[in-house]
Amino acid sequence: MTPLIEVRDLVKHFPIRKGVVFQRQVGAVQAVDGISFDINEGETLGIVGESGCGKSTTARLITRLLEPTSGSITYEGRDISHLSRQELKPLRRDMQVVFQDPYSSLNPRKTVGTIIGEPFVIHGIEYDTAKRKRLVQDLMEQVGLNPEHYNRLPFEFSGGQRQRIGVARAIALKPRLVVADEPVSALDVSIQAQILNLLRDLQRELGLTIVFIAHDLSVVRHMCDRVAVMYLGKIVEFANNEQLYDHPRHPYSGALLSAVPVPDPRLAREKHRQVLVGDVPSPTNPPPACRFHTRCPKFVAGHCDVEEPLLEAKQGGNIAACHYPLTDEEIASRVPTAAA
Amino acid sequence: MALLEVRDLKVHFNTDDGVVKAVDGVSYSVDRGQALGIVGESGSGKSVSSLTVMGLTRFFSNAQISGEILLDGKDLLAASDEEMRHLRGSEISMIFQDPLSSLHPFYKIGDQLVEAIRTHRDVSRAQALDRAVEMLGLVGIPEPRRRVDGFPHEFSGGMRQRVMIAMALANDPKLLIADEPTTALDVTVQAQILELIGRLQNELDTAIVIITHDLGVVAEVTDEIAVMYAGRIVERAPTDTIFSAPEHPYTWGLLGSIARLDAPRGDELVPIPGRPPSLINLPTGCSFHPRCPYVREAHRRIDPSLEPVAGDSGHHVACLLNTETRKRLWRLLEAGTAPEEARAQVGLEDDVASPKEASL
Amino acid sequence: MLTYILRRLLWMIVLLLLISMLTFVIFYLLPAADPAVLRAGKQPTPELVRSIRHELGLDRSLPVQYWLYLKKIVLHFDFGRSYQNNVSVRSQIFDRAPNTASLALGGVVVWLLVGIPVGIISAIKRGRWADRIAMGSALVAISAPVYWLGLVGLYLFSKDLGLVHIFDGSGSYPDQGNLFTRPFATAPTLFLPWIVLAASFAAIYARFLRGNLLEVMSEDYIRTARAKGLPERTVIFKHGVRSAITPIVTILGLDLGILLGGAILTETVFNIPGIGRLAFDSIQKSDLPTVQGTVLLGAFFIIILNLIVDIVYAFLDPRVRY
Repeated sequence: MTPLIEVRDLVKHFPIRKGVVFQRQVGAVQAVDGISFDINEGETLGIVGESGCGKSTTARLITRLLEPTSGSITYEGRDISHLSRQELKPLRRDMQVVFQDPYSSLNPRKTVGTIIGEPFVIHGIEYDTAKRKRLVQDLMEQVGLNPEHYNRLPFEFSGGQRQRIGVARAIALKPRLVVADEPVSALDVSIQAQILNLLRDLQRELGLTIVFIAHDLSVVRHMCDRVAVMYLGKIVEFANNEQLYDHPRHPYSGALLSAVPVPDPRLAREKHRQVLVGDVPSPTNPPPACRFHTRCPKFVAGHCDVEEPLLEAKQGGNIAACHYPLTDEEIASRVPTAAA
Repeated sequence: MALLEVRDLKVHFNTDDGVVKAVDGVSYSVDRGQALGIVGESGSGKSVSSLTVMGLTRFFSNAQISGEILLDGKDLLAASDEEMRHLRGSEISMIFQDPLSSLHPFYKIGDQLVEAIRTHRDVSRAQALDRAVEMLGLVGIPEPRRRVDGFPHEFSGGMRQRVMIAMALANDPKLLIADEPTTALDVTVQAQILELIGRLQNELDTAIVIITHDLGVVAEVTDEIAVMYAGRIVERAPTDTIFSAPEHPYTWGLLGSIARLDAPRGDELVPIPGRPPSLINLPTGCSFHPRCPYVREAHRRIDPSLEPVAGDSGHHVACLLNTETRKRLWRLLEAGTAPEEARAQVGLEDDVASPKEASL
Repeated sequence: MLTYILRRLLWMIVLLLLISMLTFVIFYLLPAADPAVLRAGKQPTPELVRSIRHELGLDRSLPVQYWLYLKKIVLHFDFGRSYQNNVSVRSQIFDRAPNTASLALGGVVVWLLVGIPVGIISAIKRGRWADRIAMGSALVAISAPVYWLGLVGLYLFSKDLGLVHIFDGSGSYPDQGNLFTRPFATAPTLFLPWIVLAASFAAIYARFLRGNLLEVMSEDYIRTARAKGLPERTVIFKHGVRSAITPIVTILGLDLGILLGGAILTETVFNIPGIGRLAFDSIQKSDLPTVQGTVLLGAFFIIILNLIVDIVYAFLDPRVRY
């Protein structure tokens, strides 16, 4: 079965320009620097990483909110990498995005009914106001909002409710793919669970494929079938849920998992946390060869900083880009979710 | 005597929409060298209570503050503004969530550190600078002598938070309050900062209050935890107890709704239905009752106070259910039973239906 | 930074060139009196007009005229001679520039001395009487046109016409000398003009600073400053005002740049022989060389002050780097 989306050698550089009138390019933010992966229909794919890793840029590239600098994106076998806006328009019905900040991603001057109903108008599905209203109210119920609030403005809703509005808008035209870019990061803990459950339920009801972008590994573990770990514009590890959380092979994945504070005081005391040294380098000037080598606890001079590791299958099935992947002993002492 | 003792603290704000009861009768204490975690979501009052300990709520003209805050026996609320100013930054320090916006963008960090030191100590600028460099080294900033001339925007997020910690500890405070110190940071940087805070606490024997919504963070670093909801503490206990034998439905709700790395993947997240209440129009009776799966008719009328749990004086809960029922409920929840099911099994009278889902 | 400054100076030359070209073209496109006719005086005969036209070089084609004009500037720093009275444009401008400068600079001092404290106090005492009175007066000062304010000022306070004899009136500006050569004789005649000129600016700056300071005081670093135990005065001035005042520098530069090119209305009401008056008169008399001269001077000041402001800003805000 062909994947829904195929990404090959995707690159996105944002040029940095200086100069008042005649602008010269003095450098580039290498946000995404050559990534390849597939998205299978019906699955939930997680993309995790910290700030500057390129995950949000990847989300925008897949849905063609940005145009790639090079590389290809294929949707159902069709290359959409450089389609024009006109050509992309019908595809937008199939690919939708839920954004992170429920406070700024809704137009504060439009009513909820208008916001959720817009997709119907834009794609010419339902121009009749009365019928559209019914469709919108059904959607509101589906996401757990009171349909009587149809005419309210965003500021009258809480963060969690606004996020539901965003979800309702995204699923209005029954898309095939929903990209959720940090959909719960800005919400209170007890509300996060509501939205996550909503997404899972909708996925089941509508047969959605979800790409879930997050930095919170606990949430990703709960939601995703397969996970891509990104660092400075590259995918460093790609594995399914069990593989990644039972035995992460890339030292960065191990460090990420080790760093997550676990709500269990006993585990916290037993675990030897893997604390990385230093900060994430700038994406305008990434380190040569393996980008993680400046912070890697397993760094070997002369190898890791000279030869870039390629993504290859490692022990247990994980695909990782590392010359010295984590051994089972290292994992056991540092990672709380490791198989006992 | 405890280092910090807060007794029945109330902070109400007069606004055009009514009186906002941000903190509504909060009591807790912190001993020397101890770490207390205050856990709550937005609107729980956790930040306001700590700002009040620092004396920073006095700057709001519409604030009404009552109760007692005793630092080494001295009542801070009765202290004059000038007395409070002398304590701030020297006996009690605070660090905040966003380190970029919390440092003045126009001044070098060395100057900002020196300012913090010379406000409270009579030393020369050179001496203060030496101390600043020493502090930067202590918090793990490489090449401190050189970096002391840097501006905040030249540092990364984690480094800036270290600078904030250095500034807060420069005058050897007895108490450090950290308000969401790691929320704005990446996970790996968060780990660094938590490790730093733990290490410094051991080395300097400073008492710490950590305010956060992240249960994982408090599990790592604290000795005791206070859970806040709608301006009150609803449960307070040693950290191990909060995670192994919690007795408040809100605490159960929090624990049940977070995704955890140490739980099997298939476990459902059980959200707390509804949303936090308005602090102007608090619910009648128990503030949590509209969202509580175990609510009974009486809970709408009677407001529970924080009481010790029978047989465990270090554990306080504000809940009208009796402790036997609570213990049974927790055992069921821990085993994976859904709240409604647990309620039925325990045999709570069905005099009030469970709350409806979400926001309908 | 140095390359940045050099680049800006190069751009300045380009801009001045463009501006002079534009002025040239506009001058000839707009219907205006024929300067030759005006120069010829009463009962001009066609031959006289023609000969004057030839003398002034007006019978040559437009590009040629422009080219000759440019040559004179670059080679001799000669801006031509007034069509009106044949006086060198350069000397006219240099004579009058100090008058405009003294008006502008004095006005700046007054409006900063008034506007900044008022802005700060209004922000600190927000909502209270001091704030309301200050902002109310500011509104009046901004709304009142300068010439109205000037005439009212003269009517009320001038020594010769006014009800209360405090300030020197219009026409009292000395014929010889200016503020820099004869300060004690000149200064009193400028008191009222300074106040009138500064009124609306002081109001604008006060409101602007108030708004900025209120915004700054709710920033996180102010909370940190208080948490450090700093005295409130230090918090307000060293941390608050320091941040709030940097945008003021930007607009100050721009305002000063514009004023140095001539404060036409104020100069007219108070009869001060400045660049503004010169520009106004020469436009009316279609005196192109003088018009060109004043336009170029005004443009020069605006551009140069823009550059100075940008450089100063880089010193004030370390996040800005060229």
